[in-house]
Amino acid sequence: MALVAVSDLTKTYMLGQTAVPALRGISLAIDRGEFVAVMGSSGSGKSTLMNLLGCLDAPSSGTYHLAGQDVLRLSSNKLAAVRNTSVGFVFQQFNLLARATALENVELPMVYAGIGWRERTRRAREVLAQVGLSDREHHRPSQLSGGQQQRVAIARALVNQPLLLLADEPTGALDSVTSDEIMATLVRLNEGGLTVIVVTHDAEVARYARRVIHFKDGRVVSDDLNQNIRAAA
Amino acid sequence: MKLVNSTLAALRAVRVNKLRSALTMLGIVLGVSSVTVMMAVGGGASQRIQTEMRNLGANTIVLNSGALKSAGVSKGQGSRPSVTLADAQAIENEVPAVTATSPQHNFAGMQLIYGNANWSTLVTGTTPEYLTIRNWAVSRGRAFDREDVIQGSKVVVLGRTVAEQLFGNQSPVGQEIRVNRVPMTVIGELAAKGQSLAGVDTDDTAVIPISTALNRVVGRNPANPRAISGVIIKVRDGANMASAFSDIRQVVRERHGLLPAQEDDFHLINLTEVMRAKEDSARALGILLAAIASVSLLVGGIGIMNIMLVSVTERIREIGLRLAVGARRSDILGQFLVEATILSLIGGIAGVVLGLGGAVAVERYADLGVVLNGQLSLVAMAFAAGVGIFFGFYPAWKASLLQPVEALRSD
Ligand SMILES: Nc1ncnc2c1ncn2[C@@H]1O[C@H](COP(=O)(O)OP(=O)(O)OP(=O)(O)O)[C@@H](O)[C@H]1O
Ligand SMILES: [Mg+2]
Repeated sequence: MALVAVSDLTKTYMLGQTAVPALRGISLAIDRGEFVAVMGSSGSGKSTLMNLLGCLDAPSSGTYHLAGQDVLRLSSNKLAAVRNTSVGFVFQQFNLLARATALENVELPMVYAGIGWRERTRRAREVLAQVGLSDREHHRPSQLSGGQQQRVAIARALVNQPLLLLADEPTGALDSVTSDEIMATLVRLNEGGLTVIVVTHDAEVARYARRVIHFKDGRVVSDDLNQNIRAAA
Repeated sequence: MKLVNSTLAALRAVRVNKLRSALTMLGIVLGVSSVTVMMAVGGGASQRIQTEMRNLGANTIVLNSGALKSAGVSKGQGSRPSVTLADAQAIENEVPAVTATSPQHNFAGMQLIYGNANWSTLVTGTTPEYLTIRNWAVSRGRAFDREDVIQGSKVVVLGRTVAEQLFGNQSPVGQEIRVNRVPMTVIGELAAKGQSLAGVDTDDTAVIPISTALNRVVGRNPANPRAISGVIIKVRDGANMASAFSDIRQVVRERHGLLPAQEDDFHLINLTEVMRAKEDSARALGILLAAIASVSLLVGGIGIMNIMLVSVTERIREIGLRLAVGARRSDILGQFLVEATILSLIGGIAGVVLGLGGAVAVERYADLGVVLNGQLSLVAMAFAAGVGIFFGFYPAWKASLLQPVEALRSD
């Protein structure tokens, strides 16, 4: 059974009286352990899809099963639990708490998972070490570089050991060297068994993925296996 | 566990957003403390009236020489001297409700001289009952007695202010001063009473035997040598003031031989009524102060509201982020409720403390009596806390209803 199974998913935004269709019927199946890149021109609906997959927004119609669970029928508390433990989301704009340290940011999902502070600190340290930020635990986002902030965000997405890591243009705000580092981190995580979906504009970035899905006007126009996978740096 | 987390998150937010926390609390502190001070001052004013009433006003009627009005023209008190010592005696004898009378013969602005020091004050010639009726104690030396009145002794009892002006901190008792150029011995000093509500310094006075006043110091009125300034009349507790008032009036009219058609040639004042009027004005003052306090509370509330609303966008993004990483609505609501409550409570308590301090300072430095009203402070605190909690909580409540992306995107 696919980890992610969506069928006929649509999303239409209402701007006053005008309907803006962002997704016009998406059907996709993504298995455990896959590394998928989502590409497409600006406005084609990539972020919209990611937000739906991350349970950060509700679709207009269609179905979405995550690990066999019909997430669109979940109560708000159950949905919170899915966001908390099943999905990790990495944003283009990092979205860290500006006034909290790296360690505190990484601890945040564990707070809502009800994990005691001792265990929280231990795991947050461990995950920060995994992304190479052991020496930055007590830095605030403003005291970190963009790449470091994004790695804090990745650590936060990973800390509750999700089934699925969603990254919406995680390297969009970073230079190419830093973006290679971030992608290398994602590749490493995928090699460890994590399912990863990355949205990107950058063909170089997409080359890390085994499967590439192209979007246009809210529809999937191609869904191919990558013949030329780039090895992680 | 959840409450602990909410509380910790809230405490963090309070600590981390120092400026916002401080400004919110400032609004609450100002509102609550101003209410506390205003209400204490208002309470003090009405208490002072009650004290004054006890000191002098209750059951007291004043009889003054001269009609207040003659043929429709006000002539001022004492313009046609008519009241005599014998009137005072007759009132005491003939009106059963009267327990004491104290005749007075006085002169305002009389010069007192001691060595190089001189001071003008109100000199009252009276009988020993005067101090009893006015509940006035002697703090040094003694008051004059009946014998002094019979003898026309040249003795004087000084009010605190006069003693201070002439003698500084030195005891005036036994010293000789000149009252209107008549040498007199100071035999006592009156206990300080402070300002009356009208702002008149009650202690700026000197008291002498009435005989001495008539014969030597103040002098007699050429139009009626037997006339005195007036009489203070004390009516028995529980007696009907209105009927005592008309009995007294009748006695004096008969003694003055007035025909029914003739107007009073004297002036009778029921001090209880005067006091009641003052009480009304104190109540008006209290209402005014309460209005000012409410306005400042409202302004404080608006301040709290502004701070809370201004920081909302940032907070809504924070809420979106928290929702995105798995916070439940109840986690968000708990955090914001606890945060707003902590700010409001700290601000409220600080406001009450500051207000009490302010009231004590007013009492000490402005020399105005205050009465602390804890209940009103609590009401003010509840109001400020309500505003703080509402405006801290309401936007969070609304944001928690959004989809996480919507909250994250807000600007
Ligand atoms: N909140 C919104 N309200 C109205 N329309 C929206 C909203 N969010 C997205 N859209 C519209 O939906 C369409 C898809 O947007 P989406 O953000 O998914 O594009 P995208 O593929 O992620 O683009 P980009 O590569 O620029 O990030 C766009 O036409 C956009 O204008
Ligand atoms: Mg996008």
